[in-house]
Amino acid sequence: MSQIGTAAQPLRVAIIGAGPAGFFSAERLLKDSSMVIEVDMFDRLPTPYGLVRNGVAPDHQKIKSVTASFDRTAGNPRFRFFGNVELGRDISVDDLKDYYHQILYTTGAQTDRHLGIPGDNLIGSHPATEFVAWYNGHPDYRDLEFDLSQERVAVVGVGNVAVDVARILCRTREELMKTDIADYALEALSNSNVKEVYILGRRGPAQAAFTAPEAKELGELDDCDALVPADEAELDPLSQAAMAEADRADVRKVDIIQELSKRHPTGKSKRLHLRFLVSPTELIGDEHGRVKQMKLVHNELYATDAGSMRPRATDRTETLDVGLVFRSIGYRGLPLPGVPFHESWGVIPNNGGRVQGSDGALLGQYTAGWIKRGPTGVIGTNRPDANETVDNMLSDAREGLVLTPSHATADEALAFVGERQPCFVTFQDWKTLDEIELSRGKEQDRPRVKFTRVEDMLEALGKSCSS
Amino acid sequence: MKVRNILATKKGSLITIRANEPIRRAIAILVERRIGAMPVVDEAGQLVGILSERDVMRAAAQDENLFGRPVADIMTRSVVIGMPQDDVMSVAQTMLERRFRHLPIVDEGQLIGIISIGDVLKTQRDAYRGEADTLETQIIAEGEE
Repeated sequence: MSQIGTAAQPLRVAIIGAGPAGFFSAERLLKDSSMVIEVDMFDRLPTPYGLVRNGVAPDHQKIKSVTASFDRTAGNPRFRFFGNVELGRDISVDDLKDYYHQILYTTGAQTDRHLGIPGDNLIGSHPATEFVAWYNGHPDYRDLEFDLSQERVAVVGVGNVAVDVARILCRTREELMKTDIADYALEALSNSNVKEVYILGRRGPAQAAFTAPEAKELGELDDCDALVPADEAELDPLSQAAMAEADRADVRKVDIIQELSKRHPTGKSKRLHLRFLVSPTELIGDEHGRVKQMKLVHNELYATDAGSMRPRATDRTETLDVGLVFRSIGYRGLPLPGVPFHESWGVIPNNGGRVQGSDGALLGQYTAGWIKRGPTGVIGTNRPDANETVDNMLSDAREGLVLTPSHATADEALAFVGERQPCFVTFQDWKTLDEIELSRGKEQDRPRVKFTRVEDMLEALGKSCSS
Repeated sequence: MKVRNILATKKGSLITIRANEPIRRAIAILVERRIGAMPVVDEAGQLVGILSERDVMRAAAQDENLFGRPVADIMTRSVVIGMPQDDVMSVAQTMLERRFRHLPIVDEGQLIGIISIGDVLKTQRDAYRGEADTLETQIIAEGEE
């Protein structure tokens, strides 16, 4: 057998998941000059880019510009995309071991944690991530229904997903028209009855995970007044002390929140209430099992041994009338068939990206991105994370610590994938879909009009083999 | 960013020593594994202290024959403990202020890992790099409009 990583026998890598972590990893692999490396990237959807397409808010188009760098990577002749191919449905880890020297899992974190309170599963209580996937046109979520006839909505959590959801609920039709939000979501949100949106944070303004620009944006909505109760915007003495050492960005965020707390309603048709130091303790349903109220407890903060600020319930409680609840208290990953998984953290156990089984590192298996470290940071945070994993992959490959596939050529892998999923989608196919979406968008003066059904995508590509 | 986000990528790297083992063995492990400290546990695996290079140096300065003595003699007993849900930025501040470099992490009474000031530094560096990367991408995109 030729030496691995040469023109005669390239190092063949399978990447599972076409989001930012997958693309940053592919970029690092393909830029390595010490070895000849070929990358095949798989995604269960026909479309690449993961949460950049299906998670990033549609009114944040500029954040999506990172896809230009992903496209440059995809243009490398040693890169191939196999969309509409799912691990567990079409191919297995054992299959991959037969065609690749290394397997890299970059499947991200696609679901929400539960609140773990009574009434969590009442009708009208949803994971915020499902709402996000719905308005972004994710094919798996497009047919979900959210009762937007409700006037009062609670969003539990103060991360950027919570803020995105609240903002989208408060946007006007005119504001949404400028985005690439899914068609059906544009219609549903334009006709929504939502009047009051509550964002609920269990800690104070200083600990909120959203950023200063995100806070500022909430105060600049066309037809929605953003309000913060004055007492909840005040910092407790511990947080105040911590601010002395905080980043400027955090100081600015607190300033913005405190500025909002001085505002009064100006008569806009919706109101967004940013609440702090409150935790839901129960969702109360009506006789049809539908959410009608949320019980809240007010919290105070205490410092842990290591200096972190944590919430502690007081005896003050409150009841909020709400007919719709979105919980957004943290994304978590989903297990992949045949791959180790840390249940409570929702990640693949790893050491510097090397997947760890019960007896140590698993040969040739790696992970990067949110499924590696958990859902944290911005898109760019996945680059240093991916670099760490790829550097370990390259180091292992140089030492010969790779899988021993019996079919280690690009042609054999192509034939195999075609056999398992004849309707796989190439990057060129995706670019065709992209062109159609962009041109449909142009007609409506929108960034793009998305395909939201896999069948429609395959039909547009002339692939008549939907399974 | 939480402590658990660091620990998630350090699986299998927790090395502990029993309080009754000789210091000689502890030094050998520190050198071999290239680490600066390790949690000290009792028979039940419960955290009873931490042994760092500093502890060894301090003891060696006073007793040239320390190698055969038990770890319990020289370990630091009052240990600041972290939890997986602690914020990394707050932990960094505490480590700087109180001048310690290793933080054992305990979850529901069980020692599950240790993070070093190096881990914290790397996490902060990567967070800033990531933000800079994302901002740069957006600024370039705005320039192209």
